[in-house]
Amino acid sequence: MCTVVPISLTVGANRIVPAVAIPHPLGNPDLPPAEEKALRRRLVEKALRALQTEVEGQTVFED
Amino acid sequence: MAEHKKLRVVHYLNQFFGQIGGEDMAGVAPLVKEGPVGPGLALAGALGEAGEVVATVICGDNYAGDNLEKAVPEILELIRQQKPDALVAGPAFNAGRYGIACGAVGQAAARELGIPVVTGMYQENPGVELYRKDLYIIATEDSARGMRGAIPKMAALLLKLARGEEIGSPEAEGYLPRGIRRNRFAAENGAARAVEMLVAKLKGEAFTTELPMPDFDRVPPNPPVRDLRSATIALVTSGGIVPKGNPDRIESSSASKFGKYSLEGLTDLTSDTHQTAHGGYDPVYANGDPDRVLPLDVARELEAEGVFGKLHPYHYATVGNGTSVANAARYGAAIAADLKEAGVDAVILTST
Repeated sequence: MCTVVPISLTVGANRIVPAVAIPHPLGNPDLPPAEEKALRRRLVEKALRALQTEVEGQTVFED
Repeated sequence: MAEHKKLRVVHYLNQFFGQIGGEDMAGVAPLVKEGPVGPGLALAGALGEAGEVVATVICGDNYAGDNLEKAVPEILELIRQQKPDALVAGPAFNAGRYGIACGAVGQAAARELGIPVVTGMYQENPGVELYRKDLYIIATEDSARGMRGAIPKMAALLLKLARGEEIGSPEAEGYLPRGIRRNRFAAENGAARAVEMLVAKLKGEAFTTELPMPDFDRVPPNPPVRDLRSATIALVTSGGIVPKGNPDRIESSSASKFGKYSLEGLTDLTSDTHQTAHGGYDPVYANGDPDRVLPLDVARELEAEGVFGKLHPYHYATVGNGTSVANAARYGAAIAADLKEAGVDAVILTST
């Protein structure tokens, strides 16, 4: 899970989930705490889906 | 060095180039032959009046490769007995066992005897990655066809080292880059040099980058997790999330280590329990709520709901800021080995 997807592609990651921002990849301090946690949960759920997905090569899991 | 004193050079070879025999003799223990042998004759020719190949130390590829810790001191002792001023090892071309032996023997001779050492290898020889930082390794072709090209470069570099002369760039001297940067004065500033390079590139002309990119490897994707509900998931981050106080003192830049930290009994990371060790990004958000980088709070929720089987009881963290690819690869391999041993099925890796 990363914010700068081109870096993840360059270093060879195979399952890539784009994140929010460099200093807070799995959060957004502008949101109220409950909404921020819900956002984090959606991202982690997406990562779990990526882990369960067969991929042939480097794959970016957009929405 | 007085001009009339010839440099005493010892040459290290494997059993094949040392003319003991082929693969059937690869178990031969270290031995000494007086004077040059095989490629040593060309080396002696290239050294000319400046140096003399006083002895050749030979060891079988398997004898060296099977037990490097035992073989290297034995080989080193034979070299030491010749009272050498310098050592040449190989060239090993693309022979893996031989390359690693040349590197290990060369490194030991440089450290323990304090003498200049030159070896030669093909760029993909596994000895290159292991020893390029410690040794001058002349870049060779992948087979003994390249002997005639390699030996004069090895001899020339050895003599320069022995005389204490300044060593030029890898391109100028023919050795494999050692990852050393030297400051120098350039006639033009960086902007002008970059534009010159760009213009050359646009014209299709040759140009030399001043900052080569590292080579990244590619690995085939792992198969997917088949049964998430019984899977153990681990959290790993290059975002520097560590227990409060950074007990391992992981550096904020160019991290020299990674940490392994217990998550036992924790359901949420807070500014009281954890922090980031990472420099280079504004740490306010990660320090305020470390879950923003290492999502323990939601991972615990998903674990409690049975979405996945179990959260691995440790997390691993290093700092990605300025950390070299080689070090990062080393930490990654060590973390992966630990995770495999613990039976972890999948990892969520977060980066800042």
